[in-house]
Amino acid sequence: MVRKRILSQAVLRMLFFVLAAASMLLPQAAPAQTLVNGAGATFPYPIYSKWFDEYYKLHPNAQINYQSIGSGGGIRQISELTVDFGATDAPMTDEQLSKAKTAIFHLPTVLGGVVPIYNIPGLSAELKFTAKALSGIFMGTIRKWNDPEIAGVNPGIALPGNDIVVVHRSDGSGTTYCWTDYLSKVSPAWRAQVGRSTSVNWPVGLGAKGNEGVSGLVKQTPNAIGYVELIYATSINIPYGTVQNSSGNFVKASLESVTAAAAGAAKNMPPDFRVSITNSPGKNAYPISTFTWLLVPQQFTDATKGKILVDFLKWMLGEGQRYAAGLGYAPLPPEVIEMEKQTIARIRY
Amino acid sequence: MTDRPHPQNAEALLPQPRTGWLLRLAPSLGGPFREANWGDRALHILTLGFALSSFALTALIALALYRNSILSIEKFGLRFLWGTTWDPVFEQFGALPFLFGTLVSSGIALLIAFPLGLGVAIFLSELAPRWLSDPIAFLIELLAAVPSVVYGLIGIFVLVPWVRDDLTPVLKKTLGFLPIFSGPSYGVGMLTAGILLAVMVVPFITSLSREVLMAVPASQREAALALGATRWETTRMAVVPYARSGVMGSMFLALARALGETMAVTMVIGNRPEIAASLFAPGYSMAAVIANEFTEATYDLYLHALVEIGLVLFAVTIVVNALARLLILAVARKSAEVQV
Repeated sequence: MVRKRILSQAVLRMLFFVLAAASMLLPQAAPAQTLVNGAGATFPYPIYSKWFDEYYKLHPNAQINYQSIGSGGGIRQISELTVDFGATDAPMTDEQLSKAKTAIFHLPTVLGGVVPIYNIPGLSAELKFTAKALSGIFMGTIRKWNDPEIAGVNPGIALPGNDIVVVHRSDGSGTTYCWTDYLSKVSPAWRAQVGRSTSVNWPVGLGAKGNEGVSGLVKQTPNAIGYVELIYATSINIPYGTVQNSSGNFVKASLESVTAAAAGAAKNMPPDFRVSITNSPGKNAYPISTFTWLLVPQQFTDATKGKILVDFLKWMLGEGQRYAAGLGYAPLPPEVIEMEKQTIARIRY
Repeated sequence: MTDRPHPQNAEALLPQPRTGWLLRLAPSLGGPFREANWGDRALHILTLGFALSSFALTALIALALYRNSILSIEKFGLRFLWGTTWDPVFEQFGALPFLFGTLVSSGIALLIAFPLGLGVAIFLSELAPRWLSDPIAFLIELLAAVPSVVYGLIGIFVLVPWVRDDLTPVLKKTLGFLPIFSGPSYGVGMLTAGILLAVMVVPFITSLSREVLMAVPASQREAALALGATRWETTRMAVVPYARSGVMGSMFLALARALGETMAVTMVIGNRPEIAASLFAPGYSMAAVIANEFTEATYDLYLHALVEIGLVLFAVTIVVNALARLLILAVARKSAEVQV
């Protein structure tokens, strides 16, 4: 019996190899392939490439190609219609929308969070940050680690009296947009003097390139504080602080608390989805969270491409969302998915 | 003129009757075609075309940069050059901090790298035995092939902590009264960028200088030695002055490389558009800000301001190169006089 099984296994294996070889040698009788091109944000690149790959496996006739050239480039290219769809971490402004060659829908795909990281020699405790503490540190008005605004909410932790070294991103990025958007909401002084953008005129601090640059410089520099994407912080296992939300709770960033922020904002969601969910209401909402958006034309000139993209978007909102958590992205809350389905139904091709 | 010789020789021997600028530039275009040496003519015209294409390329680069920065040029005018604010949110753009950062970091680099690189070159060409000089020269040339991002990583992990924890305290203790060595040091900053750039350009100075020093005729050295000069005097008075224009050339090649270096600089300079007296303070360079902000520049004026930074960098490079040419010419004339 055992021998027979081994034999049948061997036969099966041989058959497999023969088939594999044949499939490589024979010309594939595949239907005509359509290539859909997109470009934009770098932050969601890992999940987008996973999605497009999985979707391609299900629909071998539809290949979606995505280049992560940055949100600014994505907005420019979809406005000029040199790509079929764009992607961005910061919603387009009214001015940008009016300049675009076509009407554009914003469609949220997943969520991300931005977390404060720090390096105080000899201190391993998890620090709590109030909104005032974070805006003060990045404005340069809070200069020492033992400032009452920090020490007051961290009782029992021996904070040193050393100068704080601020580290921020030097390259333009959606992470910076989310961080400065949050600071603009919680601090009128920040809004008036610095504002929100993918790069800003920082009042204090050193610039470092990319999440890896910021975390590297923070790790290297005693008494430094910086900010990185939640996904990046969890992937390299660097500790990060909790942040006080608009309900007064100190919340640690996680997939759940970031999704909670989106759910909190869903009640006031504008129909075009161009919404910031920083400092959003909700007991467990993490305050420095953001959507990332696909930019899709309302009217496709190429019907085949339009059909593929609409089909992909429906898949992305259903089955696709299951891949998000595995890659560290927070999935969309159900309320937002329902709203998006109505918008997708309005895409014409 | 039935049997026309080689066109270049002919030009040298006989004064041409028609000396239009085109003919002077391309003598192969003139003259009777029937007797021409077609190979010579084709070669001349082809290579002339290649040579002229460098003019065309430079002009096209300048034009492209100008056209893509027109919004910023119109809005800020010359103010762009001495504006000190770089604020993408409030749409204020000024290039001075970046210009300052590029020039100062390259200046520091040259200050360190020039004596070091020339010293190594003198040792290799004048003093070292052959079995030592060849491997060292090879290793130094190998340094030039290391990608700049690798230098940047070494900068972050080795140079930055060293500058912060070891170099800064020593400099503060000895030269702390100077404003350029005041203030806190974060490790990243102008001085670190300068040191890293110095390491990166030393190979250029050394390998070029070594070549020109080795090309100095042995008779120069023998003459000096025969007059009773020591080895040091021979090197100082007979060898280096003879190779002066080549050594200067290596220095300016190194400077051009330092001005345009992007990746390694942005990793250690601190990326802060600020003009500070202290070399410990963070700075920013022109190439670095373009690389950092170009991908996410979301509106046209912002993009045009970044391209204008590129235009300024292009102009600075041309000016520096022109100055280098003039300096080399002057030095060459002077040393020619000395030799006569």
